[in-house]
Amino acid sequence: MASIEVRKETCVGCGECVPACPFGAITMDDSLAVISDECTLCGACESSCSYGAIIIRTGETVETGIDQYSGILVLAEQRDGTIDHSTLELLGEARRLAEADDSSVSVVLLTEEAGDWPAELISYGADTVYLAEDAQLKHFRTEPFSKITEKLINEKKPAVVLAAATTTGRDLMPRIAKNLNTGLTADCTELSIDPESGGLLQTRPAFGGNILATIVCSDTRPQMATVRPRVMKAMDRDENRDGVIEKIELSSNDLVSRTEVLEFNSLDEGSVDITEAEVIVSGGRGMKSPENFALLQELANLLDGTIGASRAAIDAGWVSYPHQVGQTGKTVQPKIYIACGISGAVQHRVGMQSADIILAVNKDETAPIFEFCDVGFVGDLFEIIPLVIKEIKKRRK
Amino acid sequence: MNYYLSEELIDLKELCAKIAEKYILPVRAELDEENRFPREIIEVMAESDLNSIYIPEEYGGFAEMFGGGSMALTVATEELSKACAGVAVSYAANALGAMPILISGSEEQKKKYLPDLASGKKLAAFALTESEAGSDAGGVKTKAVKDGDTYILNGTKQWITNGGEAQVYTVIAQTDPSRGTRGLSAFIVEEGTPGFSYGKKEDKMGIRASSTMELIFEDCRVPAENLIAREGHGFLVAMKTLNKSRPGVAAQAVGIAQGALDEAAEYASERVQFGQRIDSFQGIQFMLADMATQVEAARALVYSTARMIDAGERKYDKESAMAKVFASDVAMKVTTDAVQILGGYGYMKEYPVEKMMRDAKITQIYEGTNQIQRSVIASALIKETAARGK
Amino acid sequence: MRIVVAVKQVPDTAEVRIDEERGTLVREGVPSILNPFDEYALEEAMRWRDELGGTVTVMTMGPPQAEAVLREAVSMGADEAILLSDRAFAGADTWATSHTLAKAVEKMGDIDIVMTGKQAIDGDTAQTGPSIAASLDWPQITFVGFVRELNQESIVAERYVEGGCEVIRASLPVVITVLKDANTPRLPSLRGKMKSRKIEIPVWGREYLALPEHEVGLDGSPTRVVKITTPEIISNGEIHHGEPEKLAALLVDSLLGTEVH
Repeated sequence: MASIEVRKETCVGCGECVPACPFGAITMDDSLAVISDECTLCGACESSCSYGAIIIRTGETVETGIDQYSGILVLAEQRDGTIDHSTLELLGEARRLAEADDSSVSVVLLTEEAGDWPAELISYGADTVYLAEDAQLKHFRTEPFSKITEKLINEKKPAVVLAAATTTGRDLMPRIAKNLNTGLTADCTELSIDPESGGLLQTRPAFGGNILATIVCSDTRPQMATVRPRVMKAMDRDENRDGVIEKIELSSNDLVSRTEVLEFNSLDEGSVDITEAEVIVSGGRGMKSPENFALLQELANLLDGTIGASRAAIDAGWVSYPHQVGQTGKTVQPKIYIACGISGAVQHRVGMQSADIILAVNKDETAPIFEFCDVGFVGDLFEIIPLVIKEIKKRRK
Repeated sequence: MNYYLSEELIDLKELCAKIAEKYILPVRAELDEENRFPREIIEVMAESDLNSIYIPEEYGGFAEMFGGGSMALTVATEELSKACAGVAVSYAANALGAMPILISGSEEQKKKYLPDLASGKKLAAFALTESEAGSDAGGVKTKAVKDGDTYILNGTKQWITNGGEAQVYTVIAQTDPSRGTRGLSAFIVEEGTPGFSYGKKEDKMGIRASSTMELIFEDCRVPAENLIAREGHGFLVAMKTLNKSRPGVAAQAVGIAQGALDEAAEYASERVQFGQRIDSFQGIQFMLADMATQVEAARALVYSTARMIDAGERKYDKESAMAKVFASDVAMKVTTDAVQILGGYGYMKEYPVEKMMRDAKITQIYEGTNQIQRSVIASALIKETAARGK
Repeated sequence: MRIVVAVKQVPDTAEVRIDEERGTLVREGVPSILNPFDEYALEEAMRWRDELGGTVTVMTMGPPQAEAVLREAVSMGADEAILLSDRAFAGADTWATSHTLAKAVEKMGDIDIVMTGKQAIDGDTAQTGPSIAASLDWPQITFVGFVRELNQESIVAERYVEGGCEVIRASLPVVITVLKDANTPRLPSLRGKMKSRKIEIPVWGREYLALPEHEVGLDGSPTRVVKITTPEIISNGEIHHGEPEKLAALLVDSLLGTEVH
């Protein structure tokens, strides 16, 4: 059984580990760190200790044939015959990682009809495209997709498997990882290869974005990760790249599913997808009431943008959930993000920090938003925004 | 101040705070603006069993768990009033309407009406006031004339909280006009009884989420079994009801005052003038200190009175009048000061304190004006002095 | 209908602050709460129980104090609660957690549906639901925004995905993960609170579930946290003060300077 130990002779009683514990499980007793039953063995203290005095021991592990695994496999995501941009981002990232040990990048595409896409995937960085085409693969369904992919992984033995942290990737990958008895890290924002072990270092935000945790999967293969869309960069399209397209043979058993897709309803035109917006005018607690969002809507309309909101505004019922930006809402990357009456807590920041330009209006000059916005305006938004609307109309004339 | 509330009361307080945060705060300005009764919030409260806290277990309630129900009603009403006094009074008016049945009703009446009031399936209202009978209950003109095994009611009740929303009304009417207050009797009238209709809905200064309506009785036949206690006992039933419910009005006042104090303190900690937070100015500090002290003193008096009632004390008209008078005067003072601290913003509808100030005013007026309360206190004092002199 | 709701006790991440000097999490005074997403799963379970009859059992894996969230769920209306707690469970990643939760579901027997929130607000992985489904070899519907139909044989649910909504039918038993859109969670009732104070909550450990040591807790976890850092904030923005007119003009300058069209 796993255990945690504080080495009495090494612990200097500095207390660094006490605040590092996310569970409040460490106290100092006579210059020695004492760990209570609330400990979950998360490892935060182990890495916080500058003296190596905290050690987490695990039971015996048997490493089985890790060396047989090599290369990176990307799971392509398609809808209605079009590949999602996140797949190209993953290929770009996989290419970058593959350079570390000169390994190969492959991609698996399950679809009704692939068209020119296999060649496209090669142009964007794949060395091999594993392709299965069948009318029953038109819509994503968990069971056939996981069965086919598991079989492929068992046969090809990639060291790393990547998928986008979309609703598809986050549905499919945990099922595969559990069935293959291997580790999976969710929603990574940074990947790299550990030069010492050759293992994949997977970094992701946790605790509402308050911390970044780096996670490894050292004893099992493949190392699996879902990657947050719009974080990695796709490589430039290169038509001259060479690659192989390999057909996957399907058996009828592969296509058996206990779920069926009865219909697919696209979002109505009137509805919002704030992740696609180039301009977002966003409001928070400082908006005070639902009516005041009309002001932001007017500004958004002028800029061909859409409305966003912080969790405070959503929870107060001022704006509907699809507009929520942040850890428990959407991650957005617009060209312009205007934060009105948003304090800029870390949970909000992680959802919008990759906007090209962040403008902030807030009457509290100590609001955290002013620490990371590009241009900040300290003042009353109810005075400033109407003037902004007037000014834009004036200048456009 | 730590009042060492029981575990059950703490649960209740937390539950009310949750309801306030989730359901009341987001819509209070809207309810106020639109003069709209918060039916959906009242339903949530019923689902959370809030209507059962002052009703005994044998009729489907939890009063025993809270040691009687007065303290429970006080804690709940205060917590809800912090967010919106209009919603809180719509809730508390049920207790007022149920009180005559609880205090003086027959076993059959209790069995028939209390379980549905405890579950919130039905709402209640208390109807005493008329255009010419405010502080002077003896001025009640609504008549009830016995005719076989029914009473025929004729007259108009005015300013009835939960009017038009409640299904069960406890109505005070004259059965013997020659005897003044001794000719009054109390009746249970159900919504839908032929001859019973609603008049106009009032457009009020404050507590605008609550429904305040006229009740019109035109040859309305009520079964004789709906008479509460006996003929001629109506005034007594009404006074006992108001004595017992008065800490509830006081609790509303404490809640409103606390809500305003919280807003003022928060604003003062954020607002910067002359380069400093305004709560660093002694002028503001002293105001806040006085407000906080007054609110705490009011709360202490209200809690003590409610606990006295729960402990089984029979005579508490003086204390319950003191609690009502003091807490409502504090609410008026503290909300006015809160508007002052918020300055121009305080006067605007964007901030909630102007609404709190409007809401506070009614607590000095209804369920016995503060002038009547002072008379009650004075007459009790005179009696006590006389008794000491003997 | 027998429904199990898997819940988690989490620190209220909205309250977590960073000690800027030391770059560590300040946990002091941060309350532990029922994972908000799990409230929607619980409500959905109770909604269907109220309609179809049956029971809702809440379960969680965690230290002894995690019992608090089970009692909270009971106060909201859950019928039964089970705590999976054992020193050997500590340090579990999503593989080991879902493995243990799935074993408990098997142990209960005859369960029709396992529901859980889309994700937990501390880890935000959204992996536990689908992993439970894999362990049990049941079908799954993740990111459910609305349950249209439910009967003894099947469920029809709307799955909210990028750009639209899939309507999916699955046979029972099934695992579903629930979004905020699905419902409005009810509040606790006083009756529920009374029940929650009295209810006996069985504690199931590793041996009771007949799980070997290498399949639970840290030993059963393929992944390991090797480093925790706090995100860096780069502060180089320009901050303007002054009259609203001036600020508005400056804002429009910076807007139009970067305008898209």
